[in-house]
Amino acid sequence: MALYALVDANNFYASCEKIFDPALTDTPLVVLSNNDGCIVARSAEAKALGIPMGAPMHQWQAFCDAHGVISKSSNYTLYGDMSARMLSILQDMCPQVESYSIDESFLDLAGYADARAYGLRIRKRLQQDIKITCGVGIGATKTLAKFANHLAKKQAEFAGVCQLSASTCARTQALMAAYPVAEVWGVGRQLSARLQADGVETVLDLARCDPLAIKQRYGIVLAKTVRELRGEPCLTLEDVGRPKQQIIASRSFGSTITDPNAIKAAISHHVSRAAEKLRAQQGQCAHLYVMLRTNPFREQDTQYRRSILVPLAQASADTGLLLAAAMRGLKQIFVPGLRYHKCGVMLGEISLMSQQQTDLFAPVDDPKRLRLMGLMDRINRDQGAGTLQFASTQLSNTWQMRTGNRSPRYTTCWDELPIAYA
Amino acid sequence: MNSIIGKPLIPFIRRRFAFFDALIPAGFPSPAADYVQNTIDLHERLIHNAAATFFVRASGDSMRDAGIVDGSVLVVDASRPPVSGHIVVACLDGKYVVKRLHHSQGRVELHSENSLTPYPVLRPSTDLQIFGVVTSHIVEHLKKPRKG
Repeated sequence: MALYALVDANNFYASCEKIFDPALTDTPLVVLSNNDGCIVARSAEAKALGIPMGAPMHQWQAFCDAHGVISKSSNYTLYGDMSARMLSILQDMCPQVESYSIDESFLDLAGYADARAYGLRIRKRLQQDIKITCGVGIGATKTLAKFANHLAKKQAEFAGVCQLSASTCARTQALMAAYPVAEVWGVGRQLSARLQADGVETVLDLARCDPLAIKQRYGIVLAKTVRELRGEPCLTLEDVGRPKQQIIASRSFGSTITDPNAIKAAISHHVSRAAEKLRAQQGQCAHLYVMLRTNPFREQDTQYRRSILVPLAQASADTGLLLAAAMRGLKQIFVPGLRYHKCGVMLGEISLMSQQQTDLFAPVDDPKRLRLMGLMDRINRDQGAGTLQFASTQLSNTWQMRTGNRSPRYTTCWDELPIAYA
Repeated sequence: MNSIIGKPLIPFIRRRFAFFDALIPAGFPSPAADYVQNTIDLHERLIHNAAATFFVRASGDSMRDAGIVDGSVLVVDASRPPVSGHIVVACLDGKYVVKRLHHSQGRVELHSENSLTPYPVLRPSTDLQIFGVVTSHIVEHLKKPRKG
């Protein structure tokens, strides 16, 4: 019988911040988005104060000051490293792991005699080894595991690990009846409003729907969800490291930008990052998108947003070639005089480098260039990101984001290690 | 970004090359060819559990008799259960400290090791949060010169 677990770290970003600075142990703490704009993570203490997820920081600044709430710029270097540690521990404990997001993974526990006991062991090990507290939800399907995970975190009696037995069992039905349908994985705000209008209020109501009727009215995706809630697996574990079909690199600027050189520098930076990721998965892309837009929240500004697809003559992973293509695209969509807020690139139509189809008339990626790219990636990996860059990334740095209060990169940088007093 | 201890996630290729594995183009075959070994890998020796190992900078001289001086890099294994006699990184009054752990008559004590300057024995009142066990430490006597 199929059995899945979802392991999800509690307040992951906030916890990462607290691990290496014990002075913050009981302090309410929030983590801000890129550019310090919105609250993207809250510690348990900050949640208890009623600070909502996603709130704009400028609206909550006074409140945070009054209540001694510490705010941190996001430190993705730190979170990424802690996430990799978490994943490697889970992979050590279970052969089948799907990394679903930076702080959640699905595990295939089919065949484990006492899955709940194993869930407790996983939770204890993560707590001991990396000081991260997790909730573990276990169920016959991924959707049930996700719901069980929610229960594990919300209801103290589960001690962080909740295993849902078959959806026909009275206890499971009682739990399902106690939560609104919006708590089901994949049921968003709009969908739950429609469901409620149809009289489907709770998780149990949805589980009792007829999958065929749901398929006709809402489509196949929700029908699968219903079947999953009834304990019939429709979603399987997706392999870790499956190559991505698209690679996106984009970011808002630290402040509004009018200078075309600053935008060129930002685009160059994004192309470099995306191309590096592309090469890391042995990929090559056949086209790229360039995106550029103004700030929709600044209503006083002239609004503009455009993206353009730039096809490549030949699939490539050469940063130089991709940069040239991106600059051609940017030239076409850039309108002088506007106040820009965000730009980005997306690499598409990705294939494996080994499957290069040579067009009779198109140039092939020069093996020398590929060796050069490999060398550049290795140097940047060994000596720190950005050690070796294309010159166009250096045209300007005014686009860089604000990270006013970023904590040290405790686990990845020799000069920023945590301190222990002797 | 390169993780200091996350290395095993990236293959070991970079650090594990053999000394003499190249073919000799012509002439007499190398008598060492049958004795090729991996190079010595400090990481392999000092990191017992990569995912749970953290590097921590020591500040202060209270542990100098244990060889830990101001600026030493402590290799800390958070997965290892601490026992009496281990050097540990523990949380005390909102700070991490590095001390020798002692269990005496059911009480937990943290001892310094400095015969020149006496430091008081710390007796944490509540239950002590131990971050991890110090498995080794690194003292750099010369900084690595920058290439080029």
